[in-house]
Parts: sequence; structure tokens; C-alpha cells
Amino acid sequence: MAKRVEVLACTGTGCVAGGSYDVASAIAAEAQKKGLSDEVQVIRTGCQGFCARGPIVIVQPDNIFYCGVEKKDAALLVEEHLLKGRPVKKLLYTPPEGKAPVPALKDIPFFAKQRLVVLRNRGLIDPEKIDDYIAVDGYTALAKALTEMTPEQVLDEVKRSGIRGRGGGGFPAGVKWESARNAGIHRGVEPVVVCNADEGDPGAFMDRSIIECDPHSVVEGMIIGARAIGTKEGFVYIRNEYPIARERLTKALEQAREYGLLGKNILGSGMDFDIKIVQGAGAFVCGESTALMASLEGNVGEPRAKYIHTVEFGYKNRPTNLNNVETWANIPLIINRGAKWFASMGTGDVSENPWNGSSGTKVFSLVGKINNTGLIEVPMGISLREIIFDIGGGIPGGHKFKAVQTGGPSGGCLPESSLDMSVDFDTLTEAGSMMGSGGMIVMDDETCMVDIARYFIEFLTDESCGKCTPCREGLRQSLALLQRVADGKGKPGDIDLLQGLASMMQDCCLCALGTSAANPVLSTIQNFRDEWEAHINERRCPGGVCKELIQFAIDAEKCDGCHACVRPCPGEAITGEVKKLHALDLTKCTKCGACIEVCKRDAIHKVQRSDWRAAA
Amino acid sequence: MPRVTIEDLKKIKDKAKQTMTLRSGDARARIIIHMGTCGISAGAREVMSALLKEIETKGTTDVIVTTSGCAGLCSREPMATVEMPDQAPVKYVDLDAGTILKVFREHVMGGKVVADHALGSGWETTG
Repeated sequence: MAKRVEVLACTGTGCVAGGSYDVASAIAAEAQKKGLSDEVQVIRTGCQGFCARGPIVIVQPDNIFYCGVEKKDAALLVEEHLLKGRPVKKLLYTPPEGKAPVPALKDIPFFAKQRLVVLRNRGLIDPEKIDDYIAVDGYTALAKALTEMTPEQVLDEVKRSGIRGRGGGGFPAGVKWESARNAGIHRGVEPVVVCNADEGDPGAFMDRSIIECDPHSVVEGMIIGARAIGTKEGFVYIRNEYPIARERLTKALEQAREYGLLGKNILGSGMDFDIKIVQGAGAFVCGESTALMASLEGNVGEPRAKYIHTVEFGYKNRPTNLNNVETWANIPLIINRGAKWFASMGTGDVSENPWNGSSGTKVFSLVGKINNTGLIEVPMGISLREIIFDIGGGIPGGHKFKAVQTGGPSGGCLPESSLDMSVDFDTLTEAGSMMGSGGMIVMDDETCMVDIARYFIEFLTDESCGKCTPCREGLRQSLALLQRVADGKGKPGDIDLLQGLASMMQDCCLCALGTSAANPVLSTIQNFRDEWEAHINERRCPGGVCKELIQFAIDAEKCDGCHACVRPCPGEAITGEVKKLHALDLTKCTKCGACIEVCKRDAIHKVQRSDWRAAA
Repeated sequence: MPRVTIEDLKKIKDKAKQTMTLRSGDARARIIIHMGTCGISAGAREVMSALLKEIETKGTTDVIVTTSGCAGLCSREPMATVEMPDQAPVKYVDLDAGTILKVFREHVMGGKVVADHALGSGWETTG
């Protein structure tokens, strides 16, 4: 039943910076106090566009616009307008007449379907100015955690939020924190908190962006974590390839230290804590928790067996709580707005058990064959279709969607039939992929799924640390097999052999690099078996990618001799007189595709060599 | 400023917010140049330099130029957001050293949004 009055409180980032969450809560609380809860509904909306005068509150159906509304105005607003029907003059706002010259962000699908929690400050603050972060309520969560909550209460709040590890493992962070805290007490050894900023997945840049646009959110999260877990020492392990992120984080730490938010006696609470940045050296495997800790200790980044949990014996044998950048960045808001708010977003009911759902939002890097390449944050439970076609704007160039790869080299490729699947930790895993850290690579009809499997296996072969034989040798053999299939030299039985290798690796490898290496192979075989069989049985590459199986050809009916393709060709394979049909020397063609990119007549095509040979 | 207390945090917040939200009345506009790795690799530093040079040449003193991280739509970088009092912020895309000057002259100084390069107005939605 619709309520009599709707109070729309804007929660665009501009108004939020002005305190609109508190305004909305205060209005709801006042309405309840005055017995109006049945008649009044407070709804949080996207940006209304009147940002300069925020926080904005709109009362419908009266169509009254209020601006600059503060928490202390709530009582007056409810009493005068909602109860007595008299709009509050001093808060009134008249929106400008006429059509806006540009569309509102809330009407642009890329923005409309996103919900910023972790990325709440993006585009709004200067990441190199701590005062900007404080201006948007930065470090108020820390103040609350230090002065109004005990460490146990902080821990409890994080547990009840149900937040699961955003690095891809999806392990409930609160449970991990509690284990680390208890291990520290039980063993009498001080724990340590670590931030995993190694982000090795190809195509993933969520953590880089979070640190680049809001480094203090991670710092504040870690200090709060240190309070809950009981430690003075923290590390951020950041990959070698992120210089800008590292610079900004370094500056953020310096500024926090200057203000006494890191170091001794933080905010006068008696708590000591500081963070050190440790830089990786380019190894994907150092994103794995035990390899990361080995590297942190100054040893070679090699994993170890994990039946001894790092949360009890980790860095230098101390209880170690390792969380991903995005997980840490969520913590200040969980403390400020509460576990209940966090758990109200997402899927499932995590009030009793965090494994029952996926609460909160997730940041994804949307890349590949997609119109709107970028960084997005969406509530858990949104469908892949909405992400790819609404937010992503669909596939460019008139091409057709073929697959979406999630979870990096540990994930799988999902086909069109999976598009209506809701995105959360468990549904993605059940479908044969995984959430992973958030890389989402979209593929179209010009992608070859065999080539994709080969690409990821090649990546993992390079990145394997080599410590355990099943991974080191399993990957090398898988790669050789995959390359043979891609080159048109596959044999019947190769698919079974690959599946066997994959199954062996799943059972026997020491760490997740090896055990999950099977996923790209197995998911492409399961979902795109026809492409595999085309490569093996027919020597064809339907996507037109595998170089040994395709050939470039100039269409005699379309080429008008414009000569545009001649210069870009690195092998000087194209010859011809201007305005006459050009010729392609196949012995010089490297199939790089430079000519196709410049041809405006669509006169150069990829053809299957097997067809060509058959026709000849 | 040394070692803040909780009261200091509130004071810093109030002061910084005045500038950030153009409430202090001193500034006619705030221009945010988005500088994540995506923006920088697409040329955001050149955009920034061109803008700062223009401001210096024209002797403008009431425009705040600041930087921020990636605005999210990486494929349309370099991007900039123009905030003016009494208006929703406008996000500009596909900028270069030339187009940022157009935006500065026509929108910031002239008051008219440059529709060709404007993506949209307003801010994003939070959870």
C-alpha cells in the first residue's frame, strides 16, 4: 500500500558529503516519534541535480523542494509540513526552470545502476589532501571506534555486517578478525594486520583505483581493524606495477602521521598503530596469502600448505589478519552506518550466518568488448545482463555478446545463458566461475574461447612459482597441449587429456594458483565445446583469432584501391596501384590486423584456412 | 597541524567543506581534473597544464582547480567535473588541451555548458 507522503532524501555523493544520511535517518525517526510511520515513507534517492544546495529533500506528492536541510531541521520539517501540512519556508528551494542542457547522471544507465559505498568519494575529493577526506566525514568512524566502542564491539559490528573477503575468497572478514584476535590472546603473541594490494588478475584494477582515489578509506579501515584485533603493526603489500597508487598511499600515511592518526596515542585514546608499505616485485603468486607473507618476511614468494592457518601462524609466525584493499575500504562505513545498513544491501540473510548470502556492494572493473569501459560498484545480486548491457552499454561495433570472464585466471567464462544470473559469491561459484577480485572481461563473437583458455594458462605458466610439481609441470603440459589445439594440430582425445590434467591440478596443487588454473579451461570446454571441437576436428577457429587457422584476404568486390592499408602493414605485405584492386602477399602477412583497422570499405576479412584450401 | 583531537576533526571538516562546496562565496567555480592512471595515461596532465596556464594568463583568481581520482568511466578520459554555485556539477569527457580551454571560457567564465563534451550533470548515487 502506497504511503500518503513520500520524503525523498537525496543520497548523491554531493548531498552525502553534506550529511544527508543523518538527515534522512532523523526525519524517519521524527516521523516515528510523531506516530506518522504508517503514512510517511522516507526514500533515499539518487542525485536530484541540485547539488550546490544540498542536502536536498523533496516531499511528494506536494512537489515541495527543500534545500540545505540539516539534521536539526528534521523535527521542524516533520512537525510543520508532514503533520500540520505547512511547508517550511526557510528551507524552500525553487528548482531552475527549463530543460537542463545535459542529461542528469541519474538518467544515464552507466551511473544510474551503480551504488557507491567503497567508491563514495570518487571524483569528489583530492586523494592527496587529508583535509578533503576529513571534510567528507573521514576518520569519524575511527573516532567512534576508539571512543564509543570497545574492541569487542567493533569486532561484533564487522561480524554482523556479514562482509566477505573482497579479494575473491569470500571468507567472512569478521570471522577472520575474531580468529586473529583470539589467536593473539590465546598464544600471547601480538597479531599483525596486512592489506593485500597485490591485485595480479589481468584486467582488474579495482584496488588500484580505490587507493588512487581514496587512500585514506583503506588506512582508516586498517586502524579500526587493528583496534578490534589488538595490534600495533600493519603492512600494505602493494604490487610493483602501481606507482601512482603507491605514491598516493605513501602521502596519505605521512599526512595521517602528521595529524597523529597513525603512530602513538591515536586521537588521545592510548592506541598505538602504524602502517608500513612493502612493494612487490612483479609476481602474481604473491597475491596468494602465504606467498605474500613469505615475501613480506623477505623470502622468495612461495606458498605453503594451509592446514596451519595464517590467522594463527602467519607473518613471522604471528597471528596474521590479511584482507583485500576493498574489504578494508568498507570498514569505516560499516562502523559509521552500522552492520544492519550494510547487510540490507546484497543477497541472502546474513544476520545469523555470513555464509548465507553476500552482503554489501562489489567493485568491478568492466573491460574488454564493452562500450563503457570503466570502474563500477554495484549491489550484490544485480544481474550480469544489467551490468553488461545497462551499465556497460552493450557490445561495440555491432558485435554480439559471447562470454564474460570473471575472477581472473582463477575464474571461468560464462555464456549468454548465464546473463540473468545474479552476481554474488555463491551463484558465480556454482556456475563454474567465481567472483574473484572483481575483474570482468566481456567477450564478443570475434573472441576465440580456445585462445582465451590458452592465454590464461600461458599467464599462469609464467607466474607459477615452481615449488610443486603438479602446478609447474601440469601447467607446462597443459599449455603445450593448448598451443597444439590452437595451431590446428589437436587430436581427438585432447579434450579428455586436458580435463584429466585439470582435474589432477585441482586435487594436487599446493596453492590456489594451481588448483584454480583448471577453471578457464574447464569452463570454456563446458560452455563452448563446439569451438574446441571445431579447432580439433575441423581445423577451424570460429572467432577468427588463432593465427595458424586463419588467413587474411582482400575482397575483390569491395576494395577500391584507396591505398590506406599499405603504410600500416608492418610486413609490407600489401601492394597495389591507387584506385586498383590491391594484393596481399600471404608469405609476408603476420595477421596483425592493422590493415583491417584502417580499411573503411570493410574489404579485408579473416577467412578460415581450411575453407580456403578446400575452395582452391 | 600537529596531533588532532576529535574536536579538531570537526573544525577541519567544517573549514574544508566551505571550500569544497563553494559555500564560502569566494570562488566562482571549482574544476576537478580527474587523475587516475586511466586519465593520466590519456593525457590528463596536459589538460591540467593547459588549464593552469590559461588561468595564469588571464589572471583569474576566483576559480579553484583541484584533482581527484578516476571518475569511473575510464574509456572517456580525460575527464573533468565543473562545479558552480547554484548548479549541478557537470561531467566533461574526452578532453584535451584545447577542449578544456573551451570549457573554461564558455562554461566557467561564460556560464554556458558546452554540450558537445558534457556527459551529464549531478553526482552519483551512494548505497
